[in-house]
Amino acid sequence: MEQIFNQLSESLFSELQNGENLILSFSGETSQFIRFNNAAVRQTGLVDDTNLGLKFIANNRTIRGGFTVSGNFDIDVARGKSEIARMRLEAQEIPEDPFVVFPENTGSSHEIKPAKSLPFEHAVDAILPAMSGVDFVGVWANGRMFRGNANSLGQKHWFETESFSLDYSLVTPEHQMVKGSFTGNNWNQEDYESYVKRSREKLILMERKPIKINTGNYRTWFESAAVADFLGMFSWNGISEASLRQGCSGFGRMRHDDIRLSPKFSIVEDFSSGFCPKFNSNGEVSAEKLSLIENGELKNTLVSSRSAKEYGVESNYAESGEYMRSPKMSTGSLNHENVVSEIGEGLYLSNIHYLNWSDNAGGRITGLTRYACFWVENGEIIAPIETMRFDDSFYNFFGGKLIEVEDKFSVNPEVETYGGRSLGATTCPGILVDSFALTL
Amino acid sequence: MKLDIDIKQLLNAVDVPAQWVGLREVYEAHTPRMIRDGVPVANGRVSTHGIMVEVLVNGQFGYYGTPDMSPESIAKAAKKAYRQAEIASHNAHYQFDLSARPSHQGSYQSPFTKNRNDLSAGKLNEILLEAYNHLKVSDKIVSASSLCQVIETTFRFVSSNGSDIHQDFLMLEFDLSATAAEGPNQQTRTFGGMRGTCRQMGMEYFDKYEILANANRIGEQALELLSADDCPTGEMDVVIAPDQMMMQIHESIGHALEVDRILGDERNYAGWSFVKLEDFGKLQYGSKLMNITFDPTLESEFASYAFDDGGLKATKEYLIKEGLLVRGLGGQESQIRSGLNGVANFRASGWNRAPIDRMANINLEPGNSSFDELISQVEYGVYMESNKSWSIDDYRNKFQFGCEYGKLIENGKMTKTVKNPNYRGISNPFWRSLKGVGNADTFGIYGTPNCGKGEPNQVIRVGHASPACLFENIQVFGGV
Repeated sequence: MEQIFNQLSESLFSELQNGENLILSFSGETSQFIRFNNAAVRQTGLVDDTNLGLKFIANNRTIRGGFTVSGNFDIDVARGKSEIARMRLEAQEIPEDPFVVFPENTGSSHEIKPAKSLPFEHAVDAILPAMSGVDFVGVWANGRMFRGNANSLGQKHWFETESFSLDYSLVTPEHQMVKGSFTGNNWNQEDYESYVKRSREKLILMERKPIKINTGNYRTWFESAAVADFLGMFSWNGISEASLRQGCSGFGRMRHDDIRLSPKFSIVEDFSSGFCPKFNSNGEVSAEKLSLIENGELKNTLVSSRSAKEYGVESNYAESGEYMRSPKMSTGSLNHENVVSEIGEGLYLSNIHYLNWSDNAGGRITGLTRYACFWVENGEIIAPIETMRFDDSFYNFFGGKLIEVEDKFSVNPEVETYGGRSLGATTCPGILVDSFALTL
Repeated sequence: MKLDIDIKQLLNAVDVPAQWVGLREVYEAHTPRMIRDGVPVANGRVSTHGIMVEVLVNGQFGYYGTPDMSPESIAKAAKKAYRQAEIASHNAHYQFDLSARPSHQGSYQSPFTKNRNDLSAGKLNEILLEAYNHLKVSDKIVSASSLCQVIETTFRFVSSNGSDIHQDFLMLEFDLSATAAEGPNQQTRTFGGMRGTCRQMGMEYFDKYEILANANRIGEQALELLSADDCPTGEMDVVIAPDQMMMQIHESIGHALEVDRILGDERNYAGWSFVKLEDFGKLQYGSKLMNITFDPTLESEFASYAFDDGGLKATKEYLIKEGLLVRGLGGQESQIRSGLNGVANFRASGWNRAPIDRMANINLEPGNSSFDELISQVEYGVYMESNKSWSIDDYRNKFQFGCEYGKLIENGKMTKTVKNPNYRGISNPFWRSLKGVGNADTFGIYGTPNCGKGEPNQVIRVGHASPACLFENIQVFGGV
């Protein structure tokens, strides 16, 4: 794939005329997908999909193009040339953009992660035996992923990795569920079977009859996976500089009223783990670490180069959408073994579901409990709870109501496959909060 | 540059001993244009083109999606799909036969009078810039944008049992947005909420004067919201506009009736459903005023088509009639698995994904009340327009929606504007509280380009049309 990208880049850059700039983004995968229901195969298949994005800059205008890479050099070069011709014409028609971001050559990078994945033909036989006798539903995704970026000034980045993920649920006959997500680069059958065994043990807890709890405010523990979902909201009308400037960020109170979160809450954008490339679609490379919120104080927002020009601030080379790509939240002092006793009476929430801003300006987020969520009394898990809706502000649960943070991280890999398989992960501990609002 | 493919010839290149082979070619191009805060922020054109090769082996389907559409590649893809299916067939969830892929022939062309090239990039940018200028009615409008996206899709489907289908679509997404802010007090008003304005149509949509009038109204309403009181809290009646009814139908009816969900395929991702297979023909889903249809025939609605991606012919069907649940959203595979009557809704997001049960156009049929008659029935309540927040549980029971714009209703009349109107409820009791359905004059056609579901994930276009509706005794609340 890298060779295809190199050849295409060379051919298309040679088409440029004086004053024209071109940035190419390459994104592809060779993947196996197997969908399971009731511990059997529902759908199975393979997908080869690679796309080339073109960003053409001339005459103080930016025009984008893009097409599917067929793998046939003549076809792909013809498609690329046709795109350049179209974009060149458009650059004469559309209005000038005063905030055009021009490419630079600040150095190239090359990263290929070695992996020992599971051969496609062995997947079903490796996965299903461990699920014997349990209602297992989920999806297996496996294969190579590629990301490339090159510009007409000679800068080039390449990132290639091979990974797998089995994202699944185990279901009791009474429809209570436990979530699992076994992911990695090197398949190890023994590790997989141990992981599934732990999921099956958790499922036993779910066999207790679920109880209905009332709406109201509860002392609540959120497992790392639930915290990761809350942090995900920071990437949607959250910690983006453009969102703040355009009046659609939940962080307005931190910016305008100097409101702070809990001193126990800190988060950085951290690329040192290598879950995703450090370069963005402009080919710009972010610092290895960028502090976003430190001890509750907003230190940095995510700033793309375009926002930097538009608002007169310094870019930290965020992606154009100014979302977090590799967030990492700091740990605290609460040991997981003490979580249930520290709850005393309240809720233990493993997962949450379908989050949305219910009042973005107030930082209020609504959503639902899902999977292994329990009622705790006298420092003991009593039973799973029936699904409840919550509606509360992150200014509360990451702010004044935050009691303590877990002393260990968990890595929550990105397993979404909209358009293609995603890269990245959210690394965070669990949190204990004094009060959390259930509303329905 | 679209490559011309002879897909029938490609079918001849396939040489595997499968029970059935199908080729589905999809070409799709997106052309976005956007002006934000007076400058162009999006001008481009991105296309995708490939073929999904699907085979049936020992009752198990297997697929291979490839962008290489040469005969050699398609032959190789079929062999790999065959091997995938063969291995999986020993652990198949269901053993299908040829009845899962009935043979159909035909074509569809979405309606339009002006194609994409009839309006140049420069002219379209001019219109969007002028719309921006009409959105920016005050310095308190801190950000405003006008955007459109033209979508052109060509779909071809041929199979070893004689299916031969060709469908062409020209679609448009359009939005206007103004955000008014004073410090952390911020209010956004759009043209239909969350990209709700999306239809099958061409560039004839760009009637400049209508767009500018709407832009001006949206800017003024954003300002109005900035100084409005918060929506009251309590149990009260609500009148919901079609551009929010869209979301209500989508989340609390559409997804709940997808038969693959009811069969458990989605339990690890989108979730299950409170609806059970035995509920069809028996469950009183809502009040007698409620008539819900699957209607792929409504001209210009976003997800109209003649055939689904499995080649099944699409027809209008009642899902809920006079409040009674009568039919599910299940394509041919789900109909076979469940034994239920269904619809032609087996759809994929593109050539690189396998079809699953999706919504298409799911509509609430008009009733008899004028808009004024709906409002006049309310002693104290809120009228709500345009979705801005949505959330529902994995069984499609407990929902919560937020809207952009509200009007207090007092003694049968709309009085002052209220901001942050929200409501929540549980699907069945909510629909049973449906007290009034607007007539055809209140009917609005909307849709969304962003319906997510499936593993691997797929985002797909759906349409929803509805009149304004009155619901009684609903939990309503405002902002922080």
